[in-house]
Amino acid sequence: MDILIQQIINGLVLGSIYALVALGYTMVYGILGLINFAHGEVVMIGALSALTAIGLLVPSGLPGPVVVLAGLLIAIPVCMAVGFTIERIAYRPLRNAPRLAPLITAIGVSIVLQQLAMMGWGRNYHTFPALLSVTAHKVGGAAITDLQIIIVLTAALLMAALVWLVTRTRLGRAMRASAENPAVARLMGVDVDRVISFTFVLGSGLAAVAGVMVAANYSIAHYAMGFMLGLKAFTAAVLGGIGNLGGAMLGGLLLGIIESLAAGYIGDLTGGFLGSHYKDVFAFFVLILVLVFRPSGLMGEKVAERA
Amino acid sequence: MTPITSSRPLTALVALSACLLAACGQKDDAAAPAAADAAATVTIRLGHVAPLTGPQAHLGKDNENGARLAIDDLNAEKLLIGGKVAKFELLGEDDQADPRQGTTVAQKLADAHVNAVIGHLNSGTTIPASRIYHDAGIVQVSPSATNPTYTRQGYKTAFRVFADDVQQGSVLGGFAVTKLGAKKIAIIDDRTAYGQGLADEFDKAAKAAGATIVTREYTTDKETDFAAILTKVKSTRPDLVFYGGMDTQAGPMARQLRTLNIGAPMLFGDGACTVEFHKLAGEGADGHYCSLPGVPLDQMAGGSAFRDRYKAKYNADIQLYAPYAYDAVRVVAEAMKQAGSVDTAKFLPALAALNYPGLTAQIQFDEKGDIRDGAITLYQAKGGAWSALETLGGKAPN
Repeated sequence: MDILIQQIINGLVLGSIYALVALGYTMVYGILGLINFAHGEVVMIGALSALTAIGLLVPSGLPGPVVVLAGLLIAIPVCMAVGFTIERIAYRPLRNAPRLAPLITAIGVSIVLQQLAMMGWGRNYHTFPALLSVTAHKVGGAAITDLQIIIVLTAALLMAALVWLVTRTRLGRAMRASAENPAVARLMGVDVDRVISFTFVLGSGLAAVAGVMVAANYSIAHYAMGFMLGLKAFTAAVLGGIGNLGGAMLGGLLLGIIESLAAGYIGDLTGGFLGSHYKDVFAFFVLILVLVFRPSGLMGEKVAERA
Repeated sequence: MTPITSSRPLTALVALSACLLAACGQKDDAAAPAAADAAATVTIRLGHVAPLTGPQAHLGKDNENGARLAIDDLNAEKLLIGGKVAKFELLGEDDQADPRQGTTVAQKLADAHVNAVIGHLNSGTTIPASRIYHDAGIVQVSPSATNPTYTRQGYKTAFRVFADDVQQGSVLGGFAVTKLGAKKIAIIDDRTAYGQGLADEFDKAAKAAGATIVTREYTTDKETDFAAILTKVKSTRPDLVFYGGMDTQAGPMARQLRTLNIGAPMLFGDGACTVEFHKLAGEGADGHYCSLPGVPLDQMAGGSAFRDRYKAKYNADIQLYAPYAYDAVRVVAEAMKQAGSVDTAKFLPALAALNYPGLTAQIQFDEKGDIRDGAITLYQAKGGAWSALETLGGKAPN
């Protein structure tokens, strides 16, 4: 039983991170109908720039949590700038191009960012210094660290704030209007280009937070970390219904928990035929099942209520 | 008179021709070494393959640096092969530790007709590539591939200067049970030819020594999240956790082991026996064990000099296999020198019969192409470094 609780905790932490990244995919898709494959690389840049800042701050002797927070506060504007630039350079000129063109561009941007990061930060793995307490609390035989609690709570808080922003503010209304029909929104006086820029900046800010979370929790960051993470988060967004904010959160959490449980129990369930390295296969299998029965994802409706 | 007048031009002619001859002679003297240099240089192109991008790029670069150091040394020594001055060139290729990319790059080197190949780094890339090199008649010396299959395919062109997994796995299995007193062992591997191969050999040896394998878990060589499998491992309450894989996974795994409150130490093969492991594992590194074929660098004759030269040249610490990559180049050069030829048909028998005092060991190959009497050293992590516990087997350089 304690093992089951532990696996659910593991999955919850992983799922919170997936959810934050998935929100970036889903918001951009909601407004532009574009899958921004470079989003995973933004997460990577967030993690690495935070690590660089933290590396510079560690000798100052400030308390660990302050250093991490400072790293995060530096990573967020860096990622926002990257997100803004990507949209300006790579996507805006293709706004009226056929759908396939920006998709290919997105993949190209992803590769470019990865290579630039490789040149800037090198090929080595970077480690997250031990600044945060890793003492585990016992919860019914399972272990959870302060950091993991912080990750889950921060993710929940950010998601709540995002929902408030989209549903309750003027800017959120502009976002929803641009998603519904950009041409009409423009006629109503919405500066659609600005809204799109803002969406990218917002998504990239969340990606920065997710990047720091990944680096802190798994204590590792490297230039290639964004690819798989991005793919998983994209999967989470599709699982929940891409274009739908609640869907991205649900999809992220579900994917994290499914992966954890699959890694923990798939060996026993299949009598050792499939090992724990099949957890990704299992996650994608669940995705396929969901899409067979609900082609627009768990929370997606036929005409998705886009962000 | 006539004789006199006629003798004058004759004398002049004689003098002229003598002068010409002398001049020519002088010219010859000056030109001969230059001509000999041009004609008597032989260029040897060696392919080198290792992952230069991706999670194992630091190890790949380390191998290439080791090989480059050997090439620089050989070029400085002006080695004579068949009476000609040898000029070595290195063609460095990146296989991304991916078997598919490995075969693509191997084909590229085969098409470029390189004289020999140093590499690849991983067993998973070395094995499929070895067939391409064999078919193209190119000698291959791997500095680090340890999966036994590599030299057991019947390819005469395949060599390695590193002990294989059968040797390493059995040493590790015995060490785990007799020295560490582990009765319940959990095994994790990364499902690569290397990780799986080593884990299988360890599994056999540990069982033979009387231990129980409580669980076998699997990950990949790109994963960084081990919480789920370690939770599973925790539920089996092992005395020891063995991981067959590279440092990029072993480091974070060791850290996550601590956050999950698992007290059992971990045991690794050569792939995690690196400087990088300590950086990645942080304070989670201490107390774990690893094994590395060969003797510690400090105990190699010329080992510390090699370390200093490497540091001076690349401004980095040796990760792992650089000394072996260095030796892999040196044995190929030595075989070419002994055979007096850079043709595979001529120097392959010389390589097979070689008995060479390398940096890492006295290098002699058995009939399969494996190094004879490969030593294996066990290390424990203490205060941010691997400290040697004991060396088993092997023969020091003469």
